[in-house]
Amino acid sequence: MKYAYYPGCSLNSTGLEYNMSTKAVAKSLGVELVEIPEWNCCGASSAHLTDHLLALALPARNLALAEKDGLDVAIPCAACFARFKATEKAVRDSDKTQKTISEIIEMDYQAKNTTLSILDVFANKVGAQAVSALVSKKLSGLKAACYYGCLLVRPNKITEFDDPENPISMDNLMTAIGGETVNWSYKTECCGASHAVINPNVGRQMLRDIYRDAKLNGANCIITACPLCMSNLDMRQQEVASFAGDAAYDLPVFYFTELMGLALGYQPKELGIDKHFVDAIPLVNKLGQVQAGRDSA
Amino acid sequence: MERLQLNETLSNNKEVRKEISQEAGVDISLCYQCGKCSAGCPVAFAMDYTPRQIIRMLQLGLLEEALGSKTIWLCATCDTCSTRCPRQVDVARLMETLRIKAKSKGKITDKKSDVFHDTFLKLVESYGRVHEMGLIMQFNLKTGQPLKDAGMGLPMLTRGKIHPLPEKINDNGAVKKIFEKCRQLSAGGEQ
Repeated sequence: MKYAYYPGCSLNSTGLEYNMSTKAVAKSLGVELVEIPEWNCCGASSAHLTDHLLALALPARNLALAEKDGLDVAIPCAACFARFKATEKAVRDSDKTQKTISEIIEMDYQAKNTTLSILDVFANKVGAQAVSALVSKKLSGLKAACYYGCLLVRPNKITEFDDPENPISMDNLMTAIGGETVNWSYKTECCGASHAVINPNVGRQMLRDIYRDAKLNGANCIITACPLCMSNLDMRQQEVASFAGDAAYDLPVFYFTELMGLALGYQPKELGIDKHFVDAIPLVNKLGQVQAGRDSA
Repeated sequence: MERLQLNETLSNNKEVRKEISQEAGVDISLCYQCGKCSAGCPVAFAMDYTPRQIIRMLQLGLLEEALGSKTIWLCATCDTCSTRCPRQVDVARLMETLRIKAKSKGKITDKKSDVFHDTFLKLVESYGRVHEMGLIMQFNLKTGQPLKDAGMGLPMLTRGKIHPLPEKINDNGAVKKIFEKCRQLSAGGEQ
């Protein structure tokens, strides 16, 4: 299994744990990731709010580079993934757009290749069963609130992945590595994205709802597949608690790839788990020590 | 909103409908005002008009009022509305189109949001990639809140999560050209 790999800007910076753990897990699962040479920023959430054409052209340059090598693209970041998928579809659906975009990027781009989120690759192309067979440390004691956020599953006709209201890919992976997942209502609610920076009081309210629902349903951590969701959920817990007058939520936040990495035998440091703001190490140390609930038989 | 004579504004509505349809590819006349978009909208609590109300305003020909709303800047384009709409109105696409339109007319009701996204894109144009530390510092300076999130700076640096210098791609001429061409085409009315 071989994919063109698009890490995106955050994965070299605020989301570096996601990059480390994705690469580690891919290696263990036999998924070859070839980084797109000289990739550029996809424009993420800023380009499509500013200029419709720019929002298509920025991802298109990367897609065209991968297409030249005949590779589908695998992307960890949910926001980059959504922009790539939107571009792919716009170019496939309209000859006029295909021509315009190819002219802008000065490369022929036909949208013959496709984009997959790394979650899709691990959960469905490799498959939870195959992952389960490779697990060396079962993560019993994990009670995960799997948080998909907006852009992995919406709009479904563009992302073509999982269910837009009740996705289960990440839950299946967490179960495959010996953890439990909780049923909760905020799986696909928005974390506020850049509101945490632009309009903090709006962002804080949105984050608070997510923490509270995760706790209410018995989760001991939140799992994400997006570097922006991670930044918001991990870095702003203290700030949100004091804004709302709540007690500390004390919810470690993980990338799903970090937990897969632990189950596949990597050490927390190799996966970047020591870099979190909410200290995740105490929970990590407990995982695998308690008898698993439904998996123990 | 001040008192309006709808029989006067209604005469615009065909024109508004056409404009929106051309620029966003969204037909606002499909909306039958069920409100599902607004019930599920995670940012509705902070908006001055709900997404449903914005569409109603457009149906009544009140384009300028919709463009002057805070709603179009607060929308997080999470696509919950577009996914749930029983009439397949792409509400999130409509919001981003209204925002682009408002900006082109100089109607910016959320300066911070505008500065943030402009700063983001300038960095991408300069370096080919976004420089997260530069983005936050420039944003905070330009919006007159230099100490915002300053406490996070050091822990992020020590964790290697932000870098003082931007990462560049070697052939950034290619990205600069993309920006330049999009500016020309968008100015010429290309969607």
